[in-house]
Formats: sequence, structure tokens, C-alpha cells
Amino acid sequence: MKISFSRWLGLFSIIIGILGWGLIVRLSGLPRFILPSPLDVWTRLLRSLADGSLLYHTSVTLLEITLGLLVGVTLATVLGYMLAKSHSLEKILSPYLVASQAVPVVAIAPLLVIWLGHGIISKVVICALIVFFPVLVNTVVGVRAVPPALYDMMNSLRASRWQVMTKLEVPASMPVLLAGLRIGATLSVIGAIVGELVDAKEGLGYLLKVGDFQYDTSMVFVAVIMLVALALSLYGIVTLLEKRFLKWQNK
Amino acid sequence: MKNPPILTVKNLSVVFPDSNGGLHALENISFEVCPRDFICFLGPSGSGKTTLLRILAGLLKPTSGQVDFIHNQQPKIGMVFQQAHLMPWRSVMDNIKLPLELEGMDESQARIKAQEMVELVGLNGFEDSWPRELSGGMAQRVGIARALIHDPDLLLLDEPFASLDAITRERMWVELSRIWQVKQKTIIMVTHSINESLFLADDVLVLTQRPGQIKLEVKVDLPRPRNDDIRYTPHFGKLARKLRGAIE
Ligand SMILES: Nc1ncnc2c1ncn2[C@@H]1O[C@H](COP(=O)(O)OP(=O)(O)OP(=O)(O)O)[C@@H](O)[C@H]1O
Ligand SMILES: [Mg+2]
Repeated sequence: MKISFSRWLGLFSIIIGILGWGLIVRLSGLPRFILPSPLDVWTRLLRSLADGSLLYHTSVTLLEITLGLLVGVTLATVLGYMLAKSHSLEKILSPYLVASQAVPVVAIAPLLVIWLGHGIISKVVICALIVFFPVLVNTVVGVRAVPPALYDMMNSLRASRWQVMTKLEVPASMPVLLAGLRIGATLSVIGAIVGELVDAKEGLGYLLKVGDFQYDTSMVFVAVIMLVALALSLYGIVTLLEKRFLKWQNK
Repeated sequence: MKNPPILTVKNLSVVFPDSNGGLHALENISFEVCPRDFICFLGPSGSGKTTLLRILAGLLKPTSGQVDFIHNQQPKIGMVFQQAHLMPWRSVMDNIKLPLELEGMDESQARIKAQEMVELVGLNGFEDSWPRELSGGMAQRVGIARALIHDPDLLLLDEPFASLDAITRERMWVELSRIWQVKQKTIIMVTHSINESLFLADDVLVLTQRPGQIKLEVKVDLPRPRNDDIRYTPHFGKLARKLRGAIE
């Protein structure tokens, strides 16, 4: 009863928002290329869906994000695990890691595009870079926070290193790992768009830019809405993972 | 006639590094354990009881002295820790069957054995509960079940019953005596309780205040099986007084 009511509340709030937006357009009399009405955006959305362009560009961006996440998260967890286990490796690498963090990825994005071309690879790399650090930090924190007593327990049972990793370290650090992934997932969308805005022939960032050049502001809105949808879906996937892997936690 | 010892500890000392010359936890401990022995260590807080068990379990290296197992190999160990130390992401059932998983036993067989252990420690109906849903005493019983399930040769028990209520504790005493007799285990247990040590052990070793040294060894020559009545016999009283006198 209560749940369905609050669900209606969310929908209600969205409807009010759209109506408010429409009202502002109507009252202010702003031209369409400055602020399109909800209806303009809706028809533009349908048109770009009909000619296939929206799905095509969305799928390109989605591919970049997926690959970027895959590469970034894999590298970050593997390196993070090694850093957590070895203080000397941490000492050796930490100056580079801190320095790399001081350079905003947005600033080196043009450089990466020059080096790696304006195809998909440069976007995947930017995406992976931006995802890398939060996931790395969370992996280190998560693995270091495994209770020493549980290591004792595993060792008293003569568990192998592999068993300690799979049956203790991975599940014990899962909450922190997933929190890192949650941050990474949101950042990955930003990474892909930054790359596409620098230079690209396809993708939602490209759509944004084209819409901008052609004063097709409705198109820009459509692209932004798709980006929000992408980010929300990724967020939703992480939430599903948390439901699946952290059901033992008190929520 | 006695079997040769399976464990010989000789002149064992442990010093933990600290800022002023090291913290002496154990000093010059020597004793022997024969197969099927039930040995209790009794001692004040901080006398190094947990440290001793950690060394026997191979979790800690002694500063000096020797710990020798027969045939020079570590026996299969079941350990109950002072706190339950359960994995919060595993259900009661999955916590109990962890040792079998580590040995590579197949899932269905492991579940059957785990179910037996659940019944032994009286946790029926809680198989699928999470550790956070258990009381301290229930969690400790899961820890006990986990220590017994893989049929270890040597049981190391660190105040396993301290967090249980009196009735459950005494039930566990009886269970433990039974398991010890039926399964022919060797048990080394640490406790604060004189009653507990006399009820269970063949041999009680009393440790001094830090650094822990063996102050007194008492052979518990009470008949077995022991039941509640034994506590009201004069001999029990005499042994208890002797131990009480040795503990400062
Ligand atoms: N890993 C460690 N590093 C430094 N000091 C330690 C460590 N483990 C134990 N100690 C010290 O060694 C001494 C003995 O500790 P231990 O835990 O063995 O005592 P205990 O007899 O089990 O006490 P209790 O009955 O309270 O459990 C204590 O003074 C403790 O502070
Ligand atoms: Mg202790």
C-alpha cells in the first residue's frame, strides 16, 4: 500500500516537472532553438528513433562505456589487489598514481584522441582511465579491511592462497568493491562523452555536437535524455549486483 | 600404558615487540600431549592462553623453544576462537560447512554433514539465518560446529563456552565429553572456569600472570563419564580448592 503510493509520488513529480517545463516555454516565449518544449523534444525523439540514428549512436556510446568499464575495472581490481597485498609495490607506484590523479582526464582527452585516433579506441581508453582510480582505491581499502581474525580462521583450516582469495577476500571486500563500481559506472558515461566531444564521427557526444552546430536544440535534449537513461541503467545494474551479492547486509 | 606424545612443547617463549624491550607473553612453557588427551589451560586474563593456542595452530611463530608434532606434520586442526569469527556473508549452514568446502568435499555430502552439526549444537531452524541475526551464544555454537565438522585430530578451544548461558554451557560440556570419547579426539582447551576444567579435562595446567608460565599441573582423576553430581563430591571440591589457590 505504502510502496505503491510512493511509487505514484515519483511519477507524479515527473509529470509536474514536464508540465512546469512546458509552462515556462509557453509563458517566456523563448525561441525553440533556445528552449524547446516537451512536445518538440518528444517529436524529435520519435523522429530520430524512426530513422535509426538515435539507436545507432546510443549503441556506439554504450559499446565504448562497456569496453571502458571492462578494461578499467579489470585493471583496477587486479592492480588494487596487488597493492593491498604488497606495501613495497604500493610505495613504488603511489607517486605515479597520485600524480595521474592530479591530471584531470578531461584535460588529456584531446591528447589521447591525437595519439589513438578519433575512433572508438580513444574513447574506451578515456573511459577506462576515468573509471580506474575510484575502483582501484576501493579495491585497496576493501581488501585491507578484511578482518585479520578471519585470516586466522582460514589459516587454521590450512586454506590455500587461492581459497583465501576467493572465499574470504573477494566476498569480504565486496561491499566496498561495489561502492567503487557504483562511482565508476557513473563516471564511465562522462568519460565516453568527453572523448566523443573532443572528436568523433559517432556516438551520443557526436549527436550533442551536431545538434549544437545546427541549432537543433531538441536533438541536444534527446541526446542528454539518452545519456541520463544510460547512466541510470548502469546505476541500476550495480544496484542489482548489490541486491544479489550483499543480501546478507542489514539494509 | 600411554601412547607416545603427539605434541611436545619445549621451553616455549613468546615476546611481542613493543617500545620498551618487548612484551613477554609466554615464558618457558613445556608440556606434552598424548593422543586422546583432554588438556585444559587455566589462567588469568592476559596470561598468554590465546597466544599459546595460536602457536599450536601454526598461526604464530614462537620467539624461542620448540613445538613438535609427531611425524613432524601438523595435524588436522579444528579451532574455536574466543569470538565466533563467522563470515557475515555466509548463512549458518554455509559457515558450518566451510572446512569441508576447503577440503573439496562435494556439496550435497557437505550439506548432510553440516545438517548433522546443526542438530548437534541445537540450531535447528536457523540453517538459513545470517550471522547478524544470531545471539552471541548462537554464533559461538556455529563456531563450535565449524570446528568439529571436518573431523579434526586436534581440537583447540579458546574459551568456547564463555558466552553461553549456564544451561547450554553444561549441555555443551556433556556433548563435548561425548564427542571426545566417541571420536577419540585430542583436545586442548583454554578456560577461566575451574568447574569447566574439572568437568572436562584429564589434566589442568595453571598459567601465571604475564609472562605466562606453568605454575601448577593437576591430574583430574575423577571417574568418567562425569555428570552434574560429580561437582558435589569431596574430591571435586579438593581439586577445585587446589586450582583456586594457584590462580592469583
Ligand atoms: N599480536 C599481538 N601483538 C602484541 N601483543 C600481543 C599480541 N597478541 C597478544 N598480545 C599480548 O600478549 C598478552 C597475552 O595475550 P593473550 O591474548 O594470549 O591473553 P589471554 O590469556 O588469552 O587473555 P584473555 O583471557 O583475556 O583472553 C597480552 O598482554 C596481549 O596484549
Ligand atoms: Mg584469550
